[in-house]
Amino acid sequence: MKQLIKGSEALIRSLIHEGVRTVFGYPGGAIMPVYDSLYDYRDQLQHVLVRHEQGATHAAQGYARASGKTGVCIVTSGPGATNALTGIGDAMLDSTPLVVITGQVGTSLLGSDAFQEIDLVSITQPITKWSYQIRRGEDIPWAVARAFYIARNGRPGPVVLDFAKNAQLDKIDYAPYTLSYIRSYQPVPDTDNSAIEQAATLINAAKRPFALVGQGVELGNAHTELRAFLEKAQIPAGCTLLGLSALPCGHPLKKGMLGMHGNLAPNMKTNECDVLIAIGMRFDDRVTGDLNTYARQAKVIHFDIDPSEIDKNVKTTVAVLGDCKETLPRVTEKLTEIRDCRAEWIHSFDELNQTEYERVIKPELHPDKESAALTMGEVVKAVSDATNGEAILVTDVGQNQMMAARYFDFHNARSIVTSGGLGTMGFGLPAAIGASFGAPDRTVCLFCGDGGFQMTMQELGTIMETGCVVKIILLNNKFLGMVRQWQEMFFHERYSFTPMVNPDFIRIGAAYNIPSKKIRQRTELPEAVSEMLHTAGSYLLVVDVVEKGMVYPMTPAGETVTNVLLGY
Amino acid sequence: MEKKLYTLIVHSENIAGILNQVTTIFTRRQLNIESLNVSASSIKGIHKYTITTCTDEETIIKVTKQIEKRIDVVKANYFTDEQIIFREIALYKIPTAELLASNRIESIISQHNARILEVNETYTVLQKSGTSEETAALYYDLAEIKISQFVRSGRVAITKSHSEKLS
Ligand SMILES: Cc1ncc(C[n+]2csc(CCOP(=O)(O)OP(=O)(O)O)c2C)c(N)n1
Repeated sequence: MKQLIKGSEALIRSLIHEGVRTVFGYPGGAIMPVYDSLYDYRDQLQHVLVRHEQGATHAAQGYARASGKTGVCIVTSGPGATNALTGIGDAMLDSTPLVVITGQVGTSLLGSDAFQEIDLVSITQPITKWSYQIRRGEDIPWAVARAFYIARNGRPGPVVLDFAKNAQLDKIDYAPYTLSYIRSYQPVPDTDNSAIEQAATLINAAKRPFALVGQGVELGNAHTELRAFLEKAQIPAGCTLLGLSALPCGHPLKKGMLGMHGNLAPNMKTNECDVLIAIGMRFDDRVTGDLNTYARQAKVIHFDIDPSEIDKNVKTTVAVLGDCKETLPRVTEKLTEIRDCRAEWIHSFDELNQTEYERVIKPELHPDKESAALTMGEVVKAVSDATNGEAILVTDVGQNQMMAARYFDFHNARSIVTSGGLGTMGFGLPAAIGASFGAPDRTVCLFCGDGGFQMTMQELGTIMETGCVVKIILLNNKFLGMVRQWQEMFFHERYSFTPMVNPDFIRIGAAYNIPSKKIRQRTELPEAVSEMLHTAGSYLLVVDVVEKGMVYPMTPAGETVTNVLLGY
Repeated sequence: MEKKLYTLIVHSENIAGILNQVTTIFTRRQLNIESLNVSASSIKGIHKYTITTCTDEETIIKVTKQIEKRIDVVKANYFTDEQIIFREIALYKIPTAELLASNRIESIISQHNARILEVNETYTVLQKSGTSEETAALYYDLAEIKISQFVRSGRVAITKSHSEKLS
């Protein structure tokens, strides 16, 4: 006799079949059958109860970014689903594999403005890779398999499954479903042999090649292939914010971060190189500045898995479509091995970076006056040094994010979790929680500002309840710092609604049973960091930093990439 | 860059909500859709969208790629008028009394190769298929008599080069 099970149980079993072991979620009316089934599978599927659905999506993102697996969240219809939108949009812009399961009213009520009905598929279509409404129980195994296939293959991204309540209650004859092909979707485009050939020829003829390394290298697990490629032809490289850990710090060819607050050398050299090689990056405007003056002198080679990125912002000379894990070695094979003749070009980066060190880095990390307030950079450096570059860095958004990205060291792959494309304040804390579940053996350090922390600080409750371990460093400047910086630079120091009256963060930490400490003296820093790292469990370290600190270098928005301001 | 009329032909799976996905890509890039037609294709289970828009080639390339990127879209291609055979259909409603009073109607109908779909005491309906210039030309001639209703369909197109294959 057939064994019929409820749609809600079929969903849980389909998730387990896809290899899911951890989900982040929040229950509610339209998803209750799923939560009821989940109760029977608690031993196989860990559910992390967040404190807000936005937190569920960011946690799932952090989980995905740290682990390389697909993040999963389960939320209810209506407000549960709309609360999840920010994380879905964030995952879309940052190519994070996510499956978001939302409850939906029964199909007989659809379109009637029923209680907590929202047309989620229409709302999410522009911000997902795929958004689908499951209306019948029998579609569940197929829809779940398709959702995971789409989320994780090709250029990853978020998928929404909007799960009508009647489908959750339908009885179905469940059989696991596996999917390895979709007629309308080719995840990895075919690579043109001649493109490989042309790319190699261009690089071999180049005098001043320069590589831009993006998150595509991390997503494609192509770290080794990247190094072999760069090393064989001695190509210096700059990394995007999301690509920072694609190449370890200290690698002689890694010349720093690209973009608005990136390092001086990689930005300046962009307009000096003769061949620009973009690998798994999308020429975001925060990287390029004014496109009309961006790398106009260079021939451009673009490695990407997404054909729609080619020529979107920067016209390419050669497009190498495909998975960079496959395409990089194919080009490397055809490269002429270079020993020293590139030394001068490579060295020219270091001269600029030396200028940056004198003008920006040294004053940030070693302020002249002993009595001056702590800088963000000092705090980041202290934590980075104490973790030997082994930790996962999670950031919120703002000055804290840029300072963390600039001064934290990465020795391992998948070590930076930050909101790049959407720049979502409030991302940090829940993403760090997710990262701690995704990489339980690694130390997770979160840097956030006083503004962003307060956007999702209710997730301290999730830490308290699950006991997950996140080292939280709150860089308190009592301002919405990054906006204040722009006001100082571009709005005549009119600090319109950027000073913040803050609560006593220590008492907030204490309320959640999280060991918490506040420091403001330079002398307290080493010990406080050490105590934070040596305390078992999560820890909240609040550091009062300089109130009107500035992040430099800075290329103002929309200006030429070489128009780098180094300070006052 | 020079702007011209492009015809975009999109083949997609028959899944709800594709039209929305396609049109939002135009909206985001601030492009107007001049005409739109949705129909079955020669392939079972595959729908075909024929969309015209006025833009430059760089933009139409980007739009085409972004449409093709949608998971349920099987294929998107853009064409210029030289690469396709295309038609529109237009219907014209004229008060019968005015029509009878005019001495030009017979020559207009034969000159434009229009068809009479329906005649009764109050109104007459004419049909014309052709390019938008042709349907417009008939419109101007009939307008001198009197048009009480007018409608024109979106463009439908068949490509000269490709058979309807999807890869
Ligand atoms: C959700 C959201 N709202 C507003 C902004 C605009 N914004 C960008 S940075 C920033 C200031 C952040 O202040 P804070 O969290 O204190 O960090 P700091 O810059 O001081 O390190 C703001 C308001 C944003 N990025 N995200």
